[in-house]
Amino acid sequence: MTVTAPPAAPQETAGRHVGAAVERIEDPRLLVGRGGFIDDLDPIPGALEAAIVRSPHAHARITAFDAARARRAPGVRCVIGPAEVAQMPPFPLTVKTPMPYRPAATDRVRYVGEPVAVVVATSRHLAEDAAELVAVEYEPLTAVVDVRAALHPDAPRLHDEADGNLATDRTMQFGELDGAFANADAVVEGSFSFPRYSSTPIETYGVVAHWEHDGAGDQVTAWCNFHGPFTMQPVIAGALGLAPGQVRLIVPEDIGGSFGIKSGVYAYVALLAIASRHAAAPVRWIEDRIEHLLASSAGNDREMEFAAAVDRDGRVRALRLDLIDNVGAYLRPPEPATLYRCFGNLTGAYAIDAVALRSRAVVTNKAPTGLNRGFGGQQLYFGLERLMDKIAARVGVDPVQLRRRNLIERDAFPYSTPTGGQYDSGDYEAVLDLAVARSGYEELCRRRDEGRRDGRLRGVGIATIVDPSGTNLGYVSIATPPERRVRGREKSGSTEHVRVSVDAGGEVTVILGSTPQGQGHRTVARQVVADRLGIDVEHVHARVEMDTATTPWTVSSGSYSSRFAPLTTSAAIAAADRVAEVLRRAAAVLLECEAGELELAGGQIRVAAEPERAVLFRHAAGLVHWDPGMLDGEALLYADAAYTPPQSRHATTNDEINSSLCYGFVADVVAVEVDPETLEVRVEAVTSVHDCGTVLNPLLVEGQTSGSIAHGLGGATLEELRYGPDGQMVAASFMDYLCPTAAELGFEVAFDHVVTPSPHTPLGAKGAAEGSTMSIPVALANAVSDALAPLGVEIDRLPVHGTVIHELLANRQKGSEWR
Amino acid sequence: MKAAPFRYERPLELVSALTLVRDPEAKALAGGQSLVPVMAMRLARPQVLVDLARIGELEGIERRDGELVTGAMVRQRTLERFAGLEHELPLVAAALPYVGHREVRNRGTVGGSIAHADPSAELALVAATLRARIEARSLERGREISAAEFVRGPFQTALEPGELVTAVRWPTAGPEDRFAFAEVARRHGDFALCGVAVHLRRGQGRVALARVGLLGVAAVPVVHEVAEQLDGAADPAAVAADVAGQLEPAGDMHASAGYRRRLARVLVERCLRQALGGPSGG
Ligand SMILES: Cc1cc2nc3c(=O)[nH]c(=O)nc-3n(C[C@H](O)[C@H](O)[C@H](O)COP(=O)(O)OP(=O)(O)OC[C@H]3O[C@@H](n4cnc5c(N)ncnc54)[C@H](O)[C@@H]3O)c2cc1C
Repeated sequence: MTVTAPPAAPQETAGRHVGAAVERIEDPRLLVGRGGFIDDLDPIPGALEAAIVRSPHAHARITAFDAARARRAPGVRCVIGPAEVAQMPPFPLTVKTPMPYRPAATDRVRYVGEPVAVVVATSRHLAEDAAELVAVEYEPLTAVVDVRAALHPDAPRLHDEADGNLATDRTMQFGELDGAFANADAVVEGSFSFPRYSSTPIETYGVVAHWEHDGAGDQVTAWCNFHGPFTMQPVIAGALGLAPGQVRLIVPEDIGGSFGIKSGVYAYVALLAIASRHAAAPVRWIEDRIEHLLASSAGNDREMEFAAAVDRDGRVRALRLDLIDNVGAYLRPPEPATLYRCFGNLTGAYAIDAVALRSRAVVTNKAPTGLNRGFGGQQLYFGLERLMDKIAARVGVDPVQLRRRNLIERDAFPYSTPTGGQYDSGDYEAVLDLAVARSGYEELCRRRDEGRRDGRLRGVGIATIVDPSGTNLGYVSIATPPERRVRGREKSGSTEHVRVSVDAGGEVTVILGSTPQGQGHRTVARQVVADRLGIDVEHVHARVEMDTATTPWTVSSGSYSSRFAPLTTSAAIAAADRVAEVLRRAAAVLLECEAGELELAGGQIRVAAEPERAVLFRHAAGLVHWDPGMLDGEALLYADAAYTPPQSRHATTNDEINSSLCYGFVADVVAVEVDPETLEVRVEAVTSVHDCGTVLNPLLVEGQTSGSIAHGLGGATLEELRYGPDGQMVAASFMDYLCPTAAELGFEVAFDHVVTPSPHTPLGAKGAAEGSTMSIPVALANAVSDALAPLGVEIDRLPVHGTVIHELLANRQKGSEWR
Repeated sequence: MKAAPFRYERPLELVSALTLVRDPEAKALAGGQSLVPVMAMRLARPQVLVDLARIGELEGIERRDGELVTGAMVRQRTLERFAGLEHELPLVAAALPYVGHREVRNRGTVGGSIAHADPSAELALVAATLRARIEARSLERGREISAAEFVRGPFQTALEPGELVTAVRWPTAGPEDRFAFAEVARRHGDFALCGVAVHLRRGQGRVALARVGLLGVAAVPVVHEVAEQLDGAADPAAVAADVAGQLEPAGDMHASAGYRRRLARVLVERCLRQALGGPSGG
């Protein structure tokens, strides 16, 4: 990507450091290979190595299991299999449908790659040698991979205890829907399907698990590249039959990317803990790439039907959505969260007062799914933004114009959505205007029209989306009907903890339990805390550390849903303010004044009204440590603070919930050209304009946006975890699972920002790490549909590439419906 | 993804290597770009790995009468950077940048690519189109095999047990020769969905030779002779349609059979037009 940055500083900077383009302090260490990743750690000398035996079948009964030869193989300490795993309680599930999920198969395998046994040996080589000697006999069963087929009454049933393959099914309605549809000038409909893809972090899953037993009982310690949500900590404990306090998770300082995918490593923590117990030794397992592609995690594939009640001028009055998620073989927690993550922003960027939703999660013989950057957004907006283009075509207006007519107006904020979302701030028209201007939208359209006359297939696509951040974990309860939710056991939560301390020399340490995977949390935390304490960033030392035994944390802790900018920085501010309070007291002693008169600025603590009356920050800190007798009462320069936004409340009994704390906005414009002969799709230019509230560090926002664009294009044009009808995975190596590389990203990118600070966060910041992952796939599909308009085909499923277009054209010529 | 146990040998002389590969459980290791991944996946499990990297006899690029002779262990990148390649072997020069990525070509060898016989290997296609000759040697004998007959099936060659490829003899371009190469892959550096190499020779205003080689559309590279059609003033589009119509490609998740046929038609036409109109290669 050739990046054009915005022409001028996009905002007033909140302080000296916040808002500045501060380079990442994380980079030098990472660039010279000095990162501390899970496989670099040797936390307990003598850890054994594990290899996992996996199912080659998509669906089969295990009829015999014999590990005797493997147990006798050189270097082998133990082999655990179905018998040992069957003794584990299943993981506690999010919904009560009886589809028990354990970290490995017991009597039946339900997807290719499902763990069946763990071989523990003195080296990975020997473990893999012995893994080949584990004899498993299978009686193959019919597999089902398609959700609609799986819903058929005669479909093979994955879980005998359940009535069918439907894991959850909810129907809800908000606002005056029937009237809107009855009185609509037109009803515009579309069927869409969104593919299954991942984020393919460079580092795969890794766990070192140690099960110990002493006089105090059982204790599991696991080092793992898990990044939350830490709701999974009690889930792991549940599967081990332990109390949460008996399971200690330690996260390495560096995680080599995740984008949500590594949240799923928790199942392996449980599996390796059991292996460690049987081995009576610590056990290490580093997932390899094939295991990762087969059986780690992925975003849900989704089939969906959308319908809009539309006025003559294209105003959308009501929406009807029918979403069917393919969650794979088990409803692995936190699924079915993908269906509800965007619950509060179901109606997207538009002033639509009525919406009906049916959302279903269906189990099939594919690997379980979970968090993937954009989580639920790319699926939802693929339907919504394709539908907007279809409405534009029906009404006969330009897609930009159609969106303008429907966007929530700038003076409507804070805006309540029909589903309970409270959009905090925004100026959607300004963002759209800027995207139109920066992309040269009119010129792109003119070139497209001109090219068409010469038989060229150029297209322009747009998507305007609301980008939620700072998840309220309570949205998962929407999957349970209100009458079955237990009063007093409701859930909400976005809380984050940060610890700030000041030493005797005035050096400040910030401890982040935010488990970053490369985002640059340390860099930004320093900026935020330095500003708050009125000192230079050089005196602020940010560390990331997550040890559930010692780091302050709660179930909502972790790195997901773009929550660092809105939540972690807010907790850092709260903690900094507490130590500032104590430092003011100390300075008041030195300056012989009242603490209330003092401010922290320029490395000093000074009388606000008389700035020349000042002491150095470090002298005030020194007094607290060296001469605390001068201070009345407790004076702590260690502050643990939590930030709990009051806007994150549990779901109401009529199913409304403010599912995120902040709602940013993105307008993406994609220009493509399709080769009329080879049908290759080439991206010519991308423009991405964001409103993520206060920009804390423009370099990081640009990094996130570049990555989001690449990820979105990967999913839209290249990457696909495709399964054959027999449930075999066809893209199980990097030969077939195609991530975009530098060569595929050689187009022009222009970024820009509009800033409407969030009133819900102290800095006005919103998340910025997912935005375009949600909008680029559909913007690309809109662009390709536009390019192919003269040929009469539309892109209502992804990915799209040469062969897909070829088949669309071939089937159109045959006159048949493609779907 | 750890290889099954194997013994590793690194002979310094060709005869030692040839002795070692008489063992049916032995396998030659060249650049390792194809062999090592399949060993890591345990899809190949040779008991003895015979590394050819230290055998001087397999190195070097040599000019002979009308030929460029590349030792089996010449790295693809070395050949790509060989001064004058674009004049002597324009088709090889045009095709090599499509072989994986630079990093792969730094390790991957000419002989390894030919011997591996991937149905999508550009070098095998170019060798077949140019009628290059493959030098093979066993302890008992040395022989030459025409590249057109060398590849027998996917990952199957005319090599007999105990034989190694020692060199490839490429006929260099004459003043009347023209070439074109094109391919379509999902991403830069991926194995092609379809690739086309064209070798055309003009003589006295006639098309004396016209070979169209295709990869990705059959189990082996296929070469069509189309001089007569072109000389009969057939339009390249018609020739391309005819060639594509004879193909029975397989489909996979990256390209359906129909799409491969489309690509074959488009690329053959483009290459023919380029070769008919472009500058001479010699
Ligand atoms: C990411 C990636 C992308 C790639 N993309 C392409 C591509 O687009 N096009 C393409 O053509 N190739 C591609 N390749 C393959 C690459 O070109 C390999 O280098 C080549 O196929 C094998 O050459 P090698 O020297 O690495 O052989 P090795 O991997 O060492 O050996 C391959 C096989 O040939 C045998 N062998 C090697 N040398 C000899 C010999 N002298 N005599 C007899 N047998 C021998 C070996 O025993 C083995 O069976 C790609 C590889 C990678 C990793």
